[in-house]
Amino acid sequence: MIIEHIDAQLPGIVTDRHDFRGDQTIVVAAENLLAVVDLIHREGFQLLVDITAVDWPQRPSIQGSGAAGRFDVVYHWLNLASQERLRVKVPVADGGTVPTLTGQFKTADWYEREVFDLFGIRFDGHPNMKRLLTWDDFPGHPLRKDFPLDGGDVFCMEGCTAPFNNGERNQER
Amino acid sequence: MESIAMTRQQLDGDKMIVNMGPSHPTTHGTLRIILELQGETITKATPEIGYLHRGVEKLGENLSYQQFIPLTDRLNYCSSIMNNVGYTTAVEKLLGIQIPKRAQQIRVLVSELARIADHLVCVGVNAVDIGAFTAFLYLFRQRETIYDLFEMAAGQRLHTSFTRIGGLFRDLPEGFVPLCERFLVECEESIDEMERLLTRNPIWHDRTKGIGAISPEDAVNWGYTGPCLRAAGVPQDLRKAQPYLGYETYDFDIPIGTTGDVFDRYLVRTEEMRQSLRIIRQVLDRLEPGPVMIDDPKVALPSKEKVYTRMESLIHHFKLIMHGMDMPVGEVYSATEAANGELGFYIVSDGGKNPYRIRVRPPCLPIFSSFEDQVKGGLIADAVAVLGAMNIIAGELDR
Repeated sequence: MIIEHIDAQLPGIVTDRHDFRGDQTIVVAAENLLAVVDLIHREGFQLLVDITAVDWPQRPSIQGSGAAGRFDVVYHWLNLASQERLRVKVPVADGGTVPTLTGQFKTADWYEREVFDLFGIRFDGHPNMKRLLTWDDFPGHPLRKDFPLDGGDVFCMEGCTAPFNNGERNQER
Repeated sequence: MESIAMTRQQLDGDKMIVNMGPSHPTTHGTLRIILELQGETITKATPEIGYLHRGVEKLGENLSYQQFIPLTDRLNYCSSIMNNVGYTTAVEKLLGIQIPKRAQQIRVLVSELARIADHLVCVGVNAVDIGAFTAFLYLFRQRETIYDLFEMAAGQRLHTSFTRIGGLFRDLPEGFVPLCERFLVECEESIDEMERLLTRNPIWHDRTKGIGAISPEDAVNWGYTGPCLRAAGVPQDLRKAQPYLGYETYDFDIPIGTTGDVFDRYLVRTEEMRQSLRIIRQVLDRLEPGPVMIDDPKVALPSKEKVYTRMESLIHHFKLIMHGMDMPVGEVYSATEAANGELGFYIVSDGGKNPYRIRVRPPCLPIFSSFEDQVKGGLIADAVAVLGAMNIIAGELDR
């Protein structure tokens, strides 16, 4: 139902959609995300349930176009009045950015930090884009598919600049 | 993260930095809060999490769907059975299967027991942190009984791993139902005792009323779910709003608060325990005999007896263990009402033996992210009360 509203008010913005097991899903480009969020926020989707991402390292080569990008940033919304759920997926290339939602949803703050921490996707305009779960000097982004399961380097100290590792703490922060 | 060295340089005037955690008795798990104090008033609070990050989601990508179940025990370890239920419900949604009626009823039964155990710990420990030690002792006796029940059902007290995809690991043993009946009576009495100690206690009122108050709009904006959201006055409970496991057939009420402060959260949790007892009563009344595992050789492991005597069952067993279930390609998000709020599992399947991506949406992460907002301008002792009432469980916070 909400998808028809989006289609009517923002025609052509939804690039893909599916409805697997009753989960309505739309795909929008990163530059259109804020327009969609504005609309669905007005339509009553006020509980931002979750932000996460999925890594598809093979995808650009499969689809042949650079538009798709390596990652999907996945948002889940819940409409408290109608109990409708909506999943919005935003494809983003490695090194690309997604606009932050911290302006509308305070809960986006930590979720976006977590996605940055685990996937290395940056959010444009986020007030505090720092790692959430791992530490500042952690090498790499663990939930990327090319990150080894055992962490690779057992002490995770490669490139570490903490004082106990023969270097100064990163000053640029 | 401010290092200790930096905070020393920042020491000027009356400002003082207090480092709460990572192993502070009131943080209940390993989480750290860096408090900036002006006298005893908090001017800034920076939570730092991740001390219990074990990479559950990464591990899940490298384990089969069944093998992930024990990891869900370690999310909210105060009510691990609810995580088992939440996860297997999500995989069943992905598979598009329905579990037998008795399995649904038993899942509801153990979920509500776990909800009571979780709320008992939350309320009891919150009271201990604030200085009311006695209530905790009355409550913990009941939690002990719940863990005895879990031990009877699952063979484990804390890390239950009770559910399986398609049903349950086994049926309830003999002696479970009588003990559960006795528990219903005794728990009611213990909650009464606890209420006599706390609900009209003026010291408890002084310490909890108006502390951590939050408006319904803010609570929704912060992504609150569960008792904390309901205490703020939003009647959102997935058991009523989006029923699963046949919750729509049980008769129970959703308690809501008005101000969202620590006292309202306490009242909401207390009433939820009573409602859970009501649900358990109804489950026990209607519990009917039947299978507890789906009758589908593509999902359920055959019994050992059949594996050793029948060729077909042996093949099914081999196929399930070696190649896993036939998973459809797709993605699902499934949420259940856990003790802390909405526990969601987002599973992306590429049709393989392991999930391509498994995401746990923990209820207490968004709640804890509002911590600074909640305690700013309050006293340091109030921070302890707010932290306890949020019921932060580091296992699910950090995953």
